Amino acid sequence: MSDILLEDVSKFYGEVLGVNGVNLTIPPGITSLVGPNGSGKTTLMNLMTGLLQPTQGTVRILGLSTAEPEALFRKVGYCTQYDAFPRGLTGFEFLETSLRLHGYGSEQAERLAWTGLERVQLVDAAHQKVAAYSKGMRQRVKLAQSISHGPSVLVLDEPLNGLDPMARAEAIALFREQAAAGRHVIISSHILHEVDAISDRVVLINNGYVVAEGDIHGVREEVPDHPLQILVRCTHPERLAARVFEQNHAVEVKIHEDGQGLLVRTRNAEAFYLLLNRLVTEGGLDVEAVAPADDNVRSVYEYLIGPSGGGI
Amino acid sequence: MDQRWPLWGRQILTILRLELRKNFWGLRAIPMYFLALAPVLLFGARAILPLPARQAGEMGFAANVYAGMFQLFFLRLAVFFGCVAVFSSLFRGDVMEKTLHYYLLAPLRREILVIGKYLSGLVATVAMFSAGAGLSFLLLYVPYGPSGQNFLWDGPGAGQLAAYLGVTVLACMGYGAVFLAMGLLFRNPIVPAAVILGWEGLNVFLPPALKKISVLHYLLSLCPVPFTPGPFAFLTEPTPAWIAVPGLLALTVVVMMLACRQIRRLEISYGAD
Repeated sequence: MSDILLEDVSKFYGEVLGVNGVNLTIPPGITSLVGPNGSGKTTLMNLMTGLLQPTQGTVRILGLSTAEPEALFRKVGYCTQYDAFPRGLTGFEFLETSLRLHGYGSEQAERLAWTGLERVQLVDAAHQKVAAYSKGMRQRVKLAQSISHGPSVLVLDEPLNGLDPMARAEAIALFREQAAAGRHVIISSHILHEVDAISDRVVLINNGYVVAEGDIHGVREEVPDHPLQILVRCTHPERLAARVFEQNHAVEVKIHEDGQGLLVRTRNAEAFYLLLNRLVTEGGLDVEAVAPADDNVRSVYEYLIGPSGGGI
Repeated sequence: MDQRWPLWGRQILTILRLELRKNFWGLRAIPMYFLALAPVLLFGARAILPLPARQAGEMGFAANVYAGMFQLFFLRLAVFFGCVAVFSSLFRGDVMEKTLHYYLLAPLRREILVIGKYLSGLVATVAMFSAGAGLSFLLLYVPYGPSGQNFLWDGPGAGQLAAYLGVTVLACMGYGAVFLAMGLLFRNPIVPAAVILGWEGLNVFLPPALKKISVLHYLLSLCPVPFTPGPFAFLTEPTPAWIAVPGLLALTVVVMMLACRQIRRLEISYGAD
C-alpha cells in the first residue's frame, strides 16, 4: 500500500497508443522515466495523477485510486509540463489560490505559499504576474506549487527544463531531500547525465512500452547483447590485455594511446574484476582507477532505444 | 453535519474568486456587457428626448414596448448569447488555454468544481443582465414624469419589474446550466448553441405541444405583460408559474447532474483539443 502500482495499464487515444501493458511497482526514492519524445512518459504521469484514466488496467497510488482526487491530491503533487497559468495571477496568488483549493484557511495558505516560494527562490518575484515570468521562473513556481502542500508523492514532468545551472542544482538538491525523507519522486527528463546522477531507479519507455526498469546497474546487466565496457587506468596495460584475451568472455581490448590504461569489452564483468584483483595481488599491476564506461543511463538508452531516440 | 461541507464551501469560494475575475474582466465578458447594456443605452437615449404627445401618460404603451424588447431581444438574444459566451467558456475556455489542470490537480471533487464554476457564471450573468433589465425598465418610465413615478412605485410597475428580474434570473440559471454542459460535452459548443437558438427561435411558430420543449416557453409564461410576436405565431396558453418555475429549476438540476457526470469522465489531453 506504500508504493505506486501500475498493473497491466494501457491507454489508447482512439486508435493511437499512449502506453501499453505497463506493469510497474515504484518504491520511495527517485525514479526517472526516460524515453524519447512521444514515448509515453507524460501519458504515464497523467495516468498516475488521474488526469487520464487507463483504457485497461489499474493504477493505485499509496493504495488510492486515481479516480478519487479528493484523497489523491492530499498525497500527490504534480508539476506538469503544461506551461500555462490562470490569467492575471501573480506567483504568490498562483500558489495561495492552489492551497486554498486544497482547503487551507487563508493564514495557513499564505504561510505555505511563502514557504514554497522560498524553497524555489522566488520570494522577490512573488508579486509579479506569472505571465511576466521567464521560462525558468515559471518552472520554479510550478515546482513550488507541487511541493507546497507537503505531498508524499511528487510527479515531475521535465522539471529541469528551462532552469539555469544554479537553479538545476537547487532543484536536484530538493529532489534528493524529498527522496531522503522517504517520499516517492518520479521525474521525467531528457537530460540523461542528470538522470544518471540523481536516480535511484530508471524506467525506460519507448513507443508506449516499458523497455526496462530497475536500478541502472541491474538494467545494464539485462542488456547482454552489448558487452560491458570497463575502463582501467594502470601501469603495463599490455600485460593486462594479454591476460584478458586468455579469457573467453573478453570481446575487445583497446590500449589507450598514452599507454597508461585500456578499455575492455567483456560479457562477464564479474570474471574480469576477479582477474584484475588477482593480477593486482600478484603484484604485476598498479591500478589507478577502474570504472564502467557504459554502465549509465545514456548507454542503456542507446542500446535499448537507439541513439536517435529523439530530443536527447 | 458532514465535515466536508465547510471544506466544499471554502473550495467553492476559491473557485468563485478566481472565476469571477475572468467572468467580469476576461474576453468572455465583452459580449455580456454589450448585450446587457444595449437596452440601457437605448432607453437612456429615449429618456433624454421629449416624449411624443400621443404617448404622454400612456403607461400601457410603455409596458408593451418593454415587453417586446424583453421578450424579443433580451431573452432571445441578450441573455441567450450572454450565457453562451460565459457558461460555455467555463470549462472549454480553460481547455483552450490549457489551464484546466490547475483545478484538477487539487484535492477537489470534480462536482464541486462544476458547482463553483456554475455559480461564478450565474453571479456574473445575473448581475449584468438584472442590472440591464432593471435599469432599462426604470429609464423607460423617466420621460413620463410624475405619472411614470406613480406607475413604478404605487402602481403595477414594481411588480412587473420584480417579475422581469425573476425571469432574468431563471433564464440565466436555465440557459447557464445548458451551456455549461455544452462546454463539457462538445469541443465546439457554438454548434449546439446555434441548434438551440434555432429551436428557441422557432418556438413561436411551433404547435403548443412542441412549444413546451423549450426553456423560452416557460420564461415567456412568467413575463408579466404578454407580447404576441407576429401574425404567424401559434398562440398558446402560458404555463402557470407553479409549473414553470419548478420546471425550470428541475431542468437546471438535471442538466447540472449530467454535467457532473460528464466531468467525472473528463480527461486532460490538451493536444487532442
